[in-house]
Amino acid sequence: MTDIAALPEPHPATPRPTRSYLGAGSDLRSWLLTTDHKRIAILYALTLTLFFFIGGAAATLIRIELITPAGDLVSADSYNKLFTLHGVIMVWFFLVPAIPTTFGNFILPMAVGASDVAFPRLNLLSWYLTVAGGLLALVSLLVGGVDTGWTFYTPYSTLYSNSYVTLAAAGVFVAGFGTIATGVNMIVTVHVLRARGMRWMRLPLFVWSIYATSIIMVLATPALAVALLMIVVDRLFGLSLFDPDQGGDPIIFQHVFWFYSHPAVYIMILPGMGVVTEIITCFARRRVFGYEAMVFAILGIAIFSFFVWGHHMFVSGQSAWASLVFSILSFVVAVPSAIKVFNWSATLYGGHITFEASMLYALGFLGLFTLGGLTGLFLASIPIDVHVHDTYFVVAHFHYIMVGAMVTAFFGGLHFWWPKVTGRHYSEPWARLAAILMFVGFNFTFFPQFILGYLGMPRRYHSYPPEFQIWHVLSSAGAVILALAYLVPLVYLTLSLRYGRRAGDNPWHASGLEWATTSPPPRDNFVIPPTVDTDPYAYHAAHEEPSERDESGGDHQSSRKDEMP
Amino acid sequence: MNSILSLAQASENARSFDTLLLVLVLFSLAIVTLVGTLVLVFSIRYRKGSKVTRHRVPRLLSHQIEWGWTSATVFVALFFFWGAASIMVRQLDPPPDAMEIHVEAKQWMWKARHPNGTREINALHVPMGQPVKLYLDSQDVIHSFFVPAFRLKQDVVPGRTATTWFTATEPGTYHLFCAEFCGTSHSQMTGEIVVMEPEDFSAWLANRPEGDTLVAEGRKLFTTAGCSGCHAEGSDVHAPDLNGVAGRRVALADGRVVTADDAYLRDSILLPARDVVAGYAPIMPDFGGILETGEVTALVAYLRSLGTQEGETP
Ligand code: HEC
Ligand SMILES: [Cu+2]
Ligand SMILES: [Cu+2]
Repeated sequence: MTDIAALPEPHPATPRPTRSYLGAGSDLRSWLLTTDHKRIAILYALTLTLFFFIGGAAATLIRIELITPAGDLVSADSYNKLFTLHGVIMVWFFLVPAIPTTFGNFILPMAVGASDVAFPRLNLLSWYLTVAGGLLALVSLLVGGVDTGWTFYTPYSTLYSNSYVTLAAAGVFVAGFGTIATGVNMIVTVHVLRARGMRWMRLPLFVWSIYATSIIMVLATPALAVALLMIVVDRLFGLSLFDPDQGGDPIIFQHVFWFYSHPAVYIMILPGMGVVTEIITCFARRRVFGYEAMVFAILGIAIFSFFVWGHHMFVSGQSAWASLVFSILSFVVAVPSAIKVFNWSATLYGGHITFEASMLYALGFLGLFTLGGLTGLFLASIPIDVHVHDTYFVVAHFHYIMVGAMVTAFFGGLHFWWPKVTGRHYSEPWARLAAILMFVGFNFTFFPQFILGYLGMPRRYHSYPPEFQIWHVLSSAGAVILALAYLVPLVYLTLSLRYGRRAGDNPWHASGLEWATTSPPPRDNFVIPPTVDTDPYAYHAAHEEPSERDESGGDHQSSRKDEMP
Repeated sequence: MNSILSLAQASENARSFDTLLLVLVLFSLAIVTLVGTLVLVFSIRYRKGSKVTRHRVPRLLSHQIEWGWTSATVFVALFFFWGAASIMVRQLDPPPDAMEIHVEAKQWMWKARHPNGTREINALHVPMGQPVKLYLDSQDVIHSFFVPAFRLKQDVVPGRTATTWFTATEPGTYHLFCAEFCGTSHSQMTGEIVVMEPEDFSAWLANRPEGDTLVAEGRKLFTTAGCSGCHAEGSDVHAPDLNGVAGRRVALADGRVVTADDAYLRDSILLPARDVVAGYAPIMPDFGGILETGEVTALVAYLRSLGTQEGETP
């Protein structure tokens, strides 16, 4: 019934607000006590960037160590601490919060037409919790480190490890509350603060994806808290929950941990899917193919993600029948992901495609996500998983999803919304170069790891038999390119703040509500609260072919004729 | 042996594994090609400024397309599940004539004991063509017994005896790795699996000093640890007769009926209060702090041998 395809009417007489959100002060106080979702997003972005480069530095050391088969650069214990540091920081202090707290915070309220999130002060508290958790984790790493791996498997973590497990677990525990608070905030914002006319089926898929992610955050993170708490009390008070000699069971921990950590995989990837949908539609000038299917795929993934945790335990000795059930569910959860891939590809059909940097990132995402997803099918097959479990095959698989897909989507979003956030353009050629470097460097780094895994190279090995060396050398060489590719944007984005061209309000002629306000947006986002009377991605009328982007000026395409159904 | 691109295929499972893997690889290649071609063709054909006419997709058709590929993927997913699951189910139980080897994992070494008591450290010699069933115990943390050439992996969790099995098909020396992170020297917890022709294996075994078999060690412990004081036939204490206990259905005091498998026997020794047999007083002492993991394994093996003497297991 909503076949109308008019774009949001630009308000012709909109008075230009004099002050953007950045004008609210520039002293430390105005930032640290802000309740503006946009400023909080910036606080998050700076914090996460710091963590990303700390985690990245650890990865660099790991890759250098692995160039030779002997463990010669660092000691075995240091190596174990390095990969733990890398995992803990990257998972909980970069990947999980990455998109929801930055673009989720900055863009989502605008995308639904709100002036802020539902609970602005809670939003600030989330950031403080994340920082506090991050500091605890960092301190534990500085005073001596943790050597359990990010998975904290018992009874090693409870009875045998002599490292700062308690402190690190406490850090992740605290940060978890930040995540839950962000989730609550996003859910309530989407429920109650949508602009007039913004019906559920008019929500951009980015909003849907953050919404689904938030539900997982709220429901799954408590399980993580329980798992970590059990470790902490076990270490501090000797509860022996996981000590078989006292009647404890080491496997219980794995169940609770993966009950959180598998859904957490989708906490990390769903927002990326949302971002990429915004980008592909915008640069193909096309409505997304199969909007409803995309919504149901997002919700389906969110629900099913809770029922597949046992695929991490095929060789742990769980019953064969449990394994079979987890295996079939893991195959089924691949279906919605596949649907999304096909829909993105089909969205390109009949478009007027341009290849700005963010589009290059989005297409890169598509390729890497496809590979990551397909190798997920390998792991859902029990006989294959028995062989490649805990090898580099698994390492490669989840890096394809979390770094290949998710971090690429993050960079895509960063480039897409940068003009909105800062009001400036970055250097497009450099940005394209970085996007291509990242794609090449990534595959170069991680593809050899699939082969390593098949050949039987176990993960978390400080030294290894010499026949694996060639693949490790290739992987480390790729990592150099990848590291470079991550540093380049740091330079040109920073430079753009000072030297970048002014971007205007809607440089990409995108359709989302966030583009209907000024860049950078004013404190309350919109001078006049927007109303919505179109479907999302109304780049062309639903019953018409897509048309080219109108570069002649004005924020929106003209010459749309409406038709009542 | 291994080269840089291929992995030795040295067990029966390895063959079915490699077939399944090949099918998945080909399927993945097909999908990557499909998606890649779609993206590439659309990107070029519908790039901005190209003069081709753009046709819109009618609503009905787009629904049909959506349903089409959804059901296709569901079908493919179920098909692969069926293929993988049937291979797994086939390999679930070892053949009855499997030779039993006990392996104990501890930070950071593997200790193996053959049926005749011969022991090895960080090495395991097995005859070709003979099914081998492994009983795996850990003294400390979780380890994982991983032989890439056999496509075999089994976590070794403290407090429970894991079992797995294989039939080697190619003579040679293969890697044994610990695949579950277990502390400082995790990457040193490796060993060799040596597959030999049956004659060579017998010769090798004959040249090794025989140790106590696990069962013999268990029989001794049964007396020295004091079990026989209650459980022996002439004892005054009212305690169950352990002849043929393995595999028996046991009625417990709380009403449950359980099968006396390895885990049950183990728990009976370490945590007797958990499963008290119906009709008996809970007087059996808790041997948790007294016996070592290896001793418990030996006792369980001994109790199991009592079961097989009776020809009890159905
Ligand atoms: C003080 C006497 C006593 C001693 C010593 C003792 N047990 Fe027992 N055991 C019992 C009694 C009584 C039961 C039955 C009640 C129960 O299940 O706790 C029992 C039960 C068992 C069972 C379960 C039998 C069934 O039918 O299910 C096993 C197995 C067992 N004991 C093994 C051992 C072993 C091995 C040792 C030596 C390490 C040992 N026991 C030492 C008294 C004893
Ligand atoms: Cu999972
Ligand atoms: Cu290990």
